[in-house]
Amino acid sequence: MTTKLMGQPVQRTEDQRLLRGRGRYADDVAVSPGTLHCAVLRSPHAHARIVDIDVSGVLDVDGVHAVWTYDDLTGPMAEPLPLLIPHPALTEGRTQYALAKDRVNYVGEAIAFVVADDRYLAEDAVGRIEVAYDLLPPVVGIDAARAAEHLVHDDVPGNVAARMEQATGDVEAAMAKAPHTLTLDLTVERSACTPLEGRGTVARWDPDTDRLQVWTSTQTSTGVRAVVAAKLGLDLGQVDVVTPDVGGGFGVKINHPWPEELLVPLAARALGRTVKFTEDRREHFISSAHERGQVQHVEVGFDDDGRLLALDVRFWHDHGAYIPYGLIVPIITSTQLLGPYKPEVYRVVFESLYTNTVMVTPYRGAGRPQGCYAMERTMDAIAGFLGKDRTEVRAANFIQPDEFPYDQGLIFQDGRELEYDSGDYPAMLEKIKALVGWDDFPAYQQEMAAQGRRVGIGLACYVEGTGVGPYEGAHVHIETSGKVKVATGLTTQGQGHQTAFAQLVADTLGCRFEDVEVVTGDTRRMPYAVGTFASRAAVMSGSAIHLAALRAREKVLRIAADALEAAEDDLEINDGVVSVKGNPLDGGAVIDLGTVAVLSNPLRYAFDEKSRVATQFTVGDPGKPPVAEDDEPGLEGKDFYSPERSTFASGMHAVIVETDPDTAEISILKYAVVHDCGRLINPMIVEGQIHGGVAQGVGGALYERMAYDESGQLLNASFMDFLMPYVTEVPDGIDIDHLETPSPLNPLGIKGAGEAGVIPSAAVFASAISDAEGFALTAMPISPSDLFTLRQEHS
Amino acid sequence: MKPAPFRYHRPSTPAEACEALAAELRDGAGAKVLAGGQSLVPLLSMRLASPPALVDINHLDPAAGLAAIEIRPEGVHVGALVRHADLLASEEARLAQPLLAQALAHVAHPTIRNRGTSVGSIVHADSAAELPAVLALLGGSLDVGSVRGTRTVPAEELFVGPLESSLAPDELALGATFPALADGAGVAFAEVARRHGDYALVGVAALVSNDTVKAAYLSVSDVPTVIDLTDVPDDDLGEAALSRLDPIGDIHATADYRAQLVRVLTAKVVREARKAR
Repeated sequence: MTTKLMGQPVQRTEDQRLLRGRGRYADDVAVSPGTLHCAVLRSPHAHARIVDIDVSGVLDVDGVHAVWTYDDLTGPMAEPLPLLIPHPALTEGRTQYALAKDRVNYVGEAIAFVVADDRYLAEDAVGRIEVAYDLLPPVVGIDAARAAEHLVHDDVPGNVAARMEQATGDVEAAMAKAPHTLTLDLTVERSACTPLEGRGTVARWDPDTDRLQVWTSTQTSTGVRAVVAAKLGLDLGQVDVVTPDVGGGFGVKINHPWPEELLVPLAARALGRTVKFTEDRREHFISSAHERGQVQHVEVGFDDDGRLLALDVRFWHDHGAYIPYGLIVPIITSTQLLGPYKPEVYRVVFESLYTNTVMVTPYRGAGRPQGCYAMERTMDAIAGFLGKDRTEVRAANFIQPDEFPYDQGLIFQDGRELEYDSGDYPAMLEKIKALVGWDDFPAYQQEMAAQGRRVGIGLACYVEGTGVGPYEGAHVHIETSGKVKVATGLTTQGQGHQTAFAQLVADTLGCRFEDVEVVTGDTRRMPYAVGTFASRAAVMSGSAIHLAALRAREKVLRIAADALEAAEDDLEINDGVVSVKGNPLDGGAVIDLGTVAVLSNPLRYAFDEKSRVATQFTVGDPGKPPVAEDDEPGLEGKDFYSPERSTFASGMHAVIVETDPDTAEISILKYAVVHDCGRLINPMIVEGQIHGGVAQGVGGALYERMAYDESGQLLNASFMDFLMPYVTEVPDGIDIDHLETPSPLNPLGIKGAGEAGVIPSAAVFASAISDAEGFALTAMPISPSDLFTLRQEHS
Repeated sequence: MKPAPFRYHRPSTPAEACEALAAELRDGAGAKVLAGGQSLVPLLSMRLASPPALVDINHLDPAAGLAAIEIRPEGVHVGALVRHADLLASEEARLAQPLLAQALAHVAHPTIRNRGTSVGSIVHADSAAELPAVLALLGGSLDVGSVRGTRTVPAEELFVGPLESSLAPDELALGATFPALADGAGVAFAEVARRHGDYALVGVAALVSNDTVKAAYLSVSDVPTVIDLTDVPDDDLGEAALSRLDPIGDIHATADYRAQLVRVLTAKVVREARKAR
C-alpha cells in the first residue's frame, strides 16, 4: 500500500520554478515589442469637482494611441462599477466610475487613461493632461466622518453607508444585572495588503474569432471574466481569463473589477492590439484598497469569575470613498469578535462610514483582527479588574468541546447562521500555555526586572470562519500517458496549490504524486469557480478535487475490472497501476492508468506504445454501442463541492516582548502559535502560512500605518515610509503546535488556514506590551515613539 | 514609475565627465552625476527629479583610480566609484578609521550597499545619511574636479542645506578623505531606525581624544551637525547636544521622542568611544 500523502510535509514542487525566478506574472505576459502600455492620470486631490480636463496636449504626441476620460466611455462602461455584495443594511452604497465623472473622492482616483507605445511615453502623456479642479473640503478619518461637518457624497447624510445591528438578547437588562462593568475605547489604524506584485492586466483581442483573452493578477478569474463580458457587451463565451502566477494577493485582488481590468480589454478591442497595464508601487498605495481602520466602544458586564454576562459593542468602520465589496469586513468584525467565547448576551452595532481616502476591501483576516483585538483587550481588562490570570478569565468563557455545533445566534458574512462546527479551546489553551511557558513567566519577568529589563507576555485567541461557499469545482483528466491533469477554477497566489492538491489526487486516485499537474485560475479549463479568499482554497477546491478524483477512480476501476476480468472491489490502485489486491505486481494481472485511459476511448488509433499495449485487453459489451448510454469517452472525473456553511478554524497566539526602558524600542523574544485547521493536508505549507501571517501581523501591530494628512494626502505611499517588516523585524523563530479537530462539514475534515496567522497580532502585542509597561494599550499599531509618548502620559 | 526623458552621457575619463557636465550647464539646467544610483534613480522614476541629462561615471577608465580605496598618511581616501560594500569590507580602512565600518553597517541593506557609493552619499548631502555625519565629525574633505581644475572642499564647507552641497553644478566629486584615527582617540556610532537598515530616526557618531569630545548627529537637523561636548559633564551630554539641535516630528517619530534618542544615544556613543580609546 502506498503511503498516504495527506498529512505529509511534502516539499512544494512549484518552488523550483518560483524561487529560480521562473514564475510568470502578469507583467511577464506579452513582452513582445508590439504590446501597448498604459498609464493612468490619478487625482492629486482627496475631494474635488472636476471643472475641465484638457487632453489637447497629448492627442498628437507620437506613440500615443489613445487618451480616454469619462466622456469617452459609453454604455455599461459609463455606469458606476458594480457593488459586488449588496446587503439590506447597505442603504447608501456608492461605487466609483472606471474614470472619474464630475468629481473625485480620494487621492489616486483614476481620471484619464493613456495607451502608448511604452510606459515611459504613457507617463509623459499623463503629465501633459491638464485638469482644472474646484476643491472641496475633504473628510479624513473616522472622527471627521462621524462629525459629518462635510460630506463625502452629497446625497449620503452623515457619511453613513450602513448601520447594522445584531443582538442575541436584551443586553441592557443583562448589563444592569451584571456585578461588574467596564468600558473600553479602542482604535485600530489602517493598513493594507501590499503584495509585492501590484495589480496587472494584459488583454488581446482576436478580430478573426471575435474573442478576448485576458491575463490578470486577480484572486478570481471567473469574476473578472463575467464583469469584462458584461461591461464590454460580450458573450461570456467570447472572453477567456487566465490568472498567471500572482505575486501575492492578501485580499486586495479579490475586489474586481479594478478600472484598469476593464479599460485594458476595452483598449485591446478598440485598438486591435495587445495592451498591458502594470501597476506601480505608488499607484498601489493610493489606488488599490486598504483595510483595518476602526474605532470601537466596548461595554462589558461580568461576574466574579470573569464570565461575560453582557457584551455591548459599537464600532465605526472607515471604508473609504466607495464601498464595492459591501459590508463583508465590518460584518466579520461584528460576528467573529466573539472568538471562542460565549457571552450570555451580545449586541453589536456598527456604522460603515465614507471618508475621502482609498476604499477598504478585505485584507487577510478581513475584519477579524479588529474583532479579536476588541474582544481580547476586553478579556485583559476584565482580568486586570478582577486581579485574575488572563488565561483564567478566558477559560471561564470558552465554548466547551461537547457544545459543538455551537450556534452563536448571529448571522455570518455568508448570510448563514454563525454556527461553529468543531474545536477544542480548553485543550488549545493548555497547549499554548505550555508552548510559551506561561506559568513560568512571572518568575522570569521578576528576574529581568532585577536587571533593569522590561518584558511582558501576551495571549490572544481567535476563531475564524473559513471555507465560505458557495461552491468550487474540479476536473480530473487521466491522459493516455498516465499523467493526471487537474483543473480547479480558483486562483493561486503562492499558496502551494500544485503541491497540496496533487497530494489529494495521488491519495484518492492512487496515482503518482509527480504525475499530477494542477491548473488554477484558467476559465478555459474550469469556467465555474469562485475564487481564492476567506481561507477557502483547501476546504473548497480541496474537497472538490477529492470528489472529482473519486469519480475518476470509479471509472478507472470499472474499466480495469472489465479488462482484468476481476471484480471492482478486488482491485487497488498504487503508483498509477491497477492490480488485484494481494497479487504480486510482477506476477498477477495489472493495468496502468494510461492504458485504462486508452480503453476509455473507443477511438483507438495506435499512436503510441500505450495504445498497442491496450490491444491485449478487451472491454465493453460487443452487443452495445461503443459508448454506453450513461457513459462518455475518456477517463475523467468532475465534481463540485458546496458546503452548507463555513467551517470554523481556531487558534491562540502568545508573545513575549521586551521594551527598552530608554528608547522604547520593542523587540520580540518569543512567539508561539497553536493552530487548529482540522486535518492537515501538508503541515509544512500550513506552517508557512502561519509564518507569513505572523510576519504580516507583526507589520500590522508594530510598523505599518497609513499616514494621511488632514488634506487626504497619503504621506507614506512608498516602501521607504510604509514600514513593511523586513526579515530582521519578524520573530527569529515561531514555535508552532497543531491541534486537529476535524471538520464534520467536508469529506476531508479540513478547515482553512490562510488568514489565521495575522488575526490575533494587534491583540497579542497590545497584551504583551501592556504587561511589560504596566498600563493598558488602547490604540494599535504602536511604534517606539508612540510608546514613549504613552510612558510620559502614564508617568 | 518611469523617468522622464533625459540625455545620457557615458564618459570614459574624469576629464570627459567634467566636459559633459560643463557642456550641459552651458546649454541649460545642467546634468546630474549617476554613480550608484540608489538615491537618484528612485527620484527619477518617481519623477521627483527630471534632470535634462545624466553623466554616468560607472564606465570611467579604472586607471583614473576612482574605484580605489587608499590608505594615505592623512587618512582613508575613498574614490567616487567605491561602493559602500567595498569600503565596509576593507580591512585596511577599518584599521585606519574604525568609524567607517561602524557607520557603514547601518547604511541600508546589502543590495543597496553593493551599488551605492560612499562618495555619492556624501554629495547627495542627506542629513539622514551616515557618511556625511562621519565625514563632518572626522573633519574630512572632498576632492572635486571640473573643467576649471580640481579643488579640495573641507567637510565644514560642504553641507549647506537639506540635500544641498556646496559643489557647483558642473563639478564632479572625485574622492573623499576620512582622517585616520589618531593615537589615543576612540570612536563609536549608534542609531535607532524603525526597521533594520532604514534611515535613522536619530544617529550619533562620537570622537573622543585626549582633549576633546565631539559628536555628530544625523536626522535631527538640516545638515549633519557636529557638536563639541568637551568638558560637558556626563550627565549633561544629551541636554548639551539638544541645546544645539532642533529635532522635528514626522510620521515616524515625534520631536520629543527624537530628543529622547539624542539623550540616550549621545551618552551611549560617548561612553563607547571612551571605552574604545
